[in-house]
Amino acid sequence: MLEPSILLASALNGLTTGAVYALIALGLTLIYGVLHIINFAHGAALMVALYGVYYLHQRLGLDPYVSLPIMVPAMFAAGYALQRLVIGRASHGKEENVLLVTLGIAIVLENLALFLFKSDTQTIDTPYTFSTMNILGATISVPKVVAFAGALVVAGLLLLLVGRTDLGRAIRAIAKERQGARLVGIDVDHVFAMSFGIGLACLGAAACFLLPAYYVNPQVGNGFVLIAFTIVVLGGMGSFLGALLGGLIIGLVESIGGLWLGESLGQIGIFLIFIAVLLFRPQGLFGARA
Amino acid sequence: MRELAAIAVFALAVAAVPAFVTSGYALNVVIMTLYAALLGQAWNILGGFGGQFSFGHAVFFGTGAYAMAVLQVKFGWNAWAALPAALALGGAMGALIGALSFRYGLRGSYFALVTLAFAEVFRILANTFDFTGAGVGLMVPLAATAARMQFASPAGYLYLILGFVVAGFVVSWWLKHSRYGAWLQAVRDNEESAAALGVDVFGVKLRAIVISGVLMAAGGAFYVQYLHYIDPHIAYGLGASVEALLAPIVGGMGTVWGPLLGAALLHALGETTRNLMGDAPGINLAAYGVVLVLMVSFMPRGVMGLFQARGAARGSTHA
Repeated sequence: MLEPSILLASALNGLTTGAVYALIALGLTLIYGVLHIINFAHGAALMVALYGVYYLHQRLGLDPYVSLPIMVPAMFAAGYALQRLVIGRASHGKEENVLLVTLGIAIVLENLALFLFKSDTQTIDTPYTFSTMNILGATISVPKVVAFAGALVVAGLLLLLVGRTDLGRAIRAIAKERQGARLVGIDVDHVFAMSFGIGLACLGAAACFLLPAYYVNPQVGNGFVLIAFTIVVLGGMGSFLGALLGGLIIGLVESIGGLWLGESLGQIGIFLIFIAVLLFRPQGLFGARA
Repeated sequence: MRELAAIAVFALAVAAVPAFVTSGYALNVVIMTLYAALLGQAWNILGGFGGQFSFGHAVFFGTGAYAMAVLQVKFGWNAWAALPAALALGGAMGALIGALSFRYGLRGSYFALVTLAFAEVFRILANTFDFTGAGVGLMVPLAATAARMQFASPAGYLYLILGFVVAGFVVSWWLKHSRYGAWLQAVRDNEESAAALGVDVFGVKLRAIVISGVLMAAGGAFYVQYLHYIDPHIAYGLGASVEALLAPIVGGMGTVWGPLLGAALLHALGETTRNLMGDAPGINLAAYGVVLVLMVSFMPRGVMGLFQARGAARGSTHA
């Protein structure tokens, strides 16, 4: 039997990881909910953001948390441009095309990174990288707790943005009825690009919270992309609350599954959940429709 | 029939290559192009003719490759006996994934994602168990004799892969001209209409994924025989899945010649970037990614689409 204290530590660890997963998935679910496209380049975009944070730290000596006001707008701009200039033009109105185009973008980003930064895994040293704190008798690393809090704050901001602003109203209108939104004068292409930009901006934030306790290499996005898809599907495509809860659930599954099955097999639980949800409940736990 | 004749001419022409070309490098280029064409043909059956886009075709490739390697290394089977088993396992994997996904009506992006997830599950399994050599992979001992499906000269491998590719051609031709092929294309073009006309949509898709799985497993089996090594990342990683879908998209999905044409063009591109940029890691894959984006944006019907557009202008009705 497992010690309850180990189980608690593992659960808390899982929740903190899950919050970052949720942050990544929030961007993905926003993009899906509005544009109805599956952004396969999401993991590669996260990798780019991580390299951004890494080089801001190495070259300019910026603390990852200080990089937030740089990375978030930068990723937003990149996302806006990407949707406007590349993805939007390539779709021809077919979802398979978008899937292929975003796959192409992922391949380009990943291999350019490999070319420019080599395949070495990089980490950064901050004064707090190895500091820990005590919660309910379990030891948790401080950057992970910060990431947890940061993810919740960003999620809250995103909910406010979509729920309370004009842009949010336009986003929801388009998600529901694209043609109708266009008819009442909403600039659909602009809102598409805004949504994509906001989706990537979430990654900018996620990268700043991740890097102090994590690493970056050109392939790092691959690990996240399927996890983010799993969360989005689990929570219901397009559902923010679903993505948030889905992220926490997946974090727990990974951490507790890893405790029982070992790190390498622990991840399998995630993909089995993914397959099971896709097969039996593709509308997700909180989604209304398939 | 003209197309069958063209396939025969192509096969004879390639078979004659070793008589004129002796350079190992040149023969390797031909072999790797045919190998990419084979993976493309496999993907094209399900994705091109059937409209079901898989992002996880590596699951069939890896199964064929591991079946070939495990049966030889761990069970001492002869390669020629292992090959049918590898093909059958590839088909069985297709039946399993197809039965699950198509039974529950997964299509479009959902199908792409579920195939990717299956490939990931098997990558992790192969990475974990000693049975498959875990993370270290499996090495097939060298024994350059045709009796063990290994060859001292590249020509032997060229004939082997050519045999698979010709099989892929014949299957593609059959899909183009048979009643079953018409059903499959009807399902691709409009599933609801096809069902309304009495086509057994589930059965049609299931057969397509099984055939596709068998052919993809042949690619995996060839890989193991040619390079004598397999590991979880090569077998079940995204690389094989992407390689399989790239050639038909570039060449032309749902066409008989598209995968070969795409494979040849991509190899030419790969060689060119390598000559221009040196052997820097990543750069030729990045070029492939750019090609993928450009093709989908500007030539969604692939290079073959150029020829078809002319045919359509003359009033031909086939697509």
